[in-house]
Amino acid sequence: MKTLTPQVKARYFRRQATDLIMGGLCVFAAVIGLIMLALILWMLFSRGLAGLSLDVFTKSMSSTGTGGGLANAIVGSLIQVGIGSMIGAPLGMMVGVYLSEVGKTSRFASLVRFVNDILLSAPSVLIGLFVYQIAVSPFKGFSGIAGAIALALLAMPVVARTTEDILRLVPQAYRDGAIALGSRENEVVRKVILPAAFGGILTGILLAVARIAGETAPLIFTSLGNSNWSTDLTKPMASLPIAIYRYAGSPSADLIQLAWTGALLITVGVLLLNVVSRVSLAALKRGQG
Amino acid sequence: MMETTAATKSLIGTRKPHFADTSFKISLFAAGGIVVVVLASILLIMFLGGRQAFETFGIGFIWSTEWNPVTSIYGALPAITGTLITALLAICIAWPIGFGIAFFLTELCPRALRAPLGIAIELLAAIPSIVYGMWGFFVLAPFMAENVQPWLTETFQWIPPLGDSFFWFSAAPLGVGLMTASLVLAVMILPFIAATTRDVMLSTPQLLKDGAYAMGATRWESLTGVVIPAVRGSLFGAVFLGLGRALGETMAVVFVIGNATRMPDSLYAPSASIASVVANNFPEAEPGSIQLAALLGLGFILFVVSFGVLALARLLLRQERMA
Repeated sequence: MKTLTPQVKARYFRRQATDLIMGGLCVFAAVIGLIMLALILWMLFSRGLAGLSLDVFTKSMSSTGTGGGLANAIVGSLIQVGIGSMIGAPLGMMVGVYLSEVGKTSRFASLVRFVNDILLSAPSVLIGLFVYQIAVSPFKGFSGIAGAIALALLAMPVVARTTEDILRLVPQAYRDGAIALGSRENEVVRKVILPAAFGGILTGILLAVARIAGETAPLIFTSLGNSNWSTDLTKPMASLPIAIYRYAGSPSADLIQLAWTGALLITVGVLLLNVVSRVSLAALKRGQG
Repeated sequence: MMETTAATKSLIGTRKPHFADTSFKISLFAAGGIVVVVLASILLIMFLGGRQAFETFGIGFIWSTEWNPVTSIYGALPAITGTLITALLAICIAWPIGFGIAFFLTELCPRALRAPLGIAIELLAAIPSIVYGMWGFFVLAPFMAENVQPWLTETFQWIPPLGDSFFWFSAAPLGVGLMTASLVLAVMILPFIAATTRDVMLSTPQLLKDGAYAMGATRWESLTGVVIPAVRGSLFGAVFLGLGRALGETMAVVFVIGNATRMPDSLYAPSASIASVVANNFPEAEPGSIQLAALLGLGFILFVVSFGVLALARLLLRQERMA
C-alpha cells in the first residue's frame, strides 16, 4: 500500500473536521430548541402552579381586582371552542374529502388546496377583523357566536389538510372493492373510506381544537371578553386567552398570578391534545403507510 | 395520490348518475368553494373597510410616517417598518437554528430519538402565542434590558448610524422593543422552519444520499453536495413559510414590542407592527370612524403582504407538498 501524501492527509483531516464542527453546531441548534421548550414550560409551571386552587375553577372573574377565579373564562372558552369546532370540523372534513376523493388533481381542487394551505398560516388577527366586519359590526354588538365563527374559520383549514392527508393513506383497493360490490360513490366514502380513516380524522380534529383553544387575537375583535358569568351567545363572552391577556397587562399582582395560572391551564391542555394526537397519528401512519 | 384504475373507471361510467351521488358531489364541491370564498371575502372586506383611509390620505397612507389618533392623521409606514424589521430579524435568527435542527433530526440523531425529539420541537409550535408574549414580557425583556443590551451597546457602539436617524445598538436598554420582539418571534417560528426543512430534507431520495456516501462523502458533504441542490427551492419555501408566520403574529408581539407607533431610531426602540397596532388600537376605534378605516387599511396591507409571502412559500414547497 502506498503511503498517503501530506496534502491528501491534510485534506482528509479538513473534511472530517468540517463534518464534526458543522455536526456539532447542528446538535447545538437542537439543544437550543429543547432548552427553549424547557425554559417556557419551567416558567409556566413555576409561576402558574402557585396560583392553582379550587377558586380558579369555581369563581368568576372579579371586577374589583382581587380574589375571583377564571370559571366564567374557562366555560366561555369551552363554549366558543366547542361551537367553533362543531362548525369548522365538518366543513374541513368535507373539504378534505372533496380534495382526496372527488376533486383530486382537477384545476379547481388545486386552487382549493392552494388557498386552504394559505388560510392554514394566514394571520389570525385578520380572521378576527374579518369576522368583526361581517358578524359584529352589522349587529352592533360583540357576541360569543361571533367568536365561535372566527374560531371555526381557523379550525376548518387544519381539519381539511389532515383529512386529505389521512384519506390518501386509505388503500385504493378499498375504493375499488366497494365499487365492485355495487356501492355508489357517496356510499364508498360514507361507508368505507370515512370509517377506515376515522381515527386519523379524529386526531386531525383534536389538533384543530388545540390550535383554536389558545387563539387570542381573533377573540379581541369578536367575543370581546366579559368579566361576568354569561353563557348567552348573543352577548360578549369571556374566554381564557382574553382573560390572560387582560390580567397579564394589569398592575395587580393577584391578577398577574391568575394570568399565569390561566396560561398554565391552557398550555397544558393544548400540549396534551397535541401529544395525544401526534403520537396516535404517527402510529396510524405506520400502520397504514 | 392513487389513480382510479381503468377497470373501475369503466365500471362507474356504465352507471347512470344517481341523485344521492350528484348531491353528495355538489355539497363537497360547495365546501371546497367556501374555502376560496372565505379568502376572497377577507380581501374584499379589508379593502372595502379600509377604502375610507386610502381615500382620505391617498396612496401616501402607505408611506406616511405619522400615526396620531389625537389629530386623526394615520400613516402606515411606522407599522410596516416595525413588521418588516422584526420579521426579517426573526428569520435571520431562526433560520440557521431551524436548519441545524432539521439536519440533526434527519441525519445525526439516533433513530430511536427522532420521533420524540421531532414531537418536542413541534410542541414549541403548539404553545399559544399569548404564552410566548408573557414569557417575552416578564422573563426575556428584563433579561435583555439588564444583561444583553448593555453588553451589545458596549460592543457595537462603533457602528456608524444609518443616516442621522437610526443608531443600531446605541440607545437606552429598555427591554421591550424591536430586538426583544424579534427574538420572541424567532423562537415562535423556529419549530415551523425546523419541521418544514426536516420534511424537505427527508424527501430527498435515499439513493442520492447513499451515492454520496459511497463516494466517500461525509454527512455534511452529502448535505451540501446532494441534498441541498436537490431541494433548494423547497428550502426557500420553508423560510418564506416562517416569514409569513412572523409577519402576522399578534399577541406575542403586542406584549414585547413596546407599542409605540413611530419610526424606530434603534434596534432597541419601542415600535409597533401592523398586527400589534390593529390589536391595540381596535378597542378605541369607534364603528364608522376614520381610525377603524385606517386599521382595516392596515389589515389590507398585511393581508396582501402575507398572502404574497405565503403563496410564494406554497409554490416553492408544492412539488413535495410539505408542511
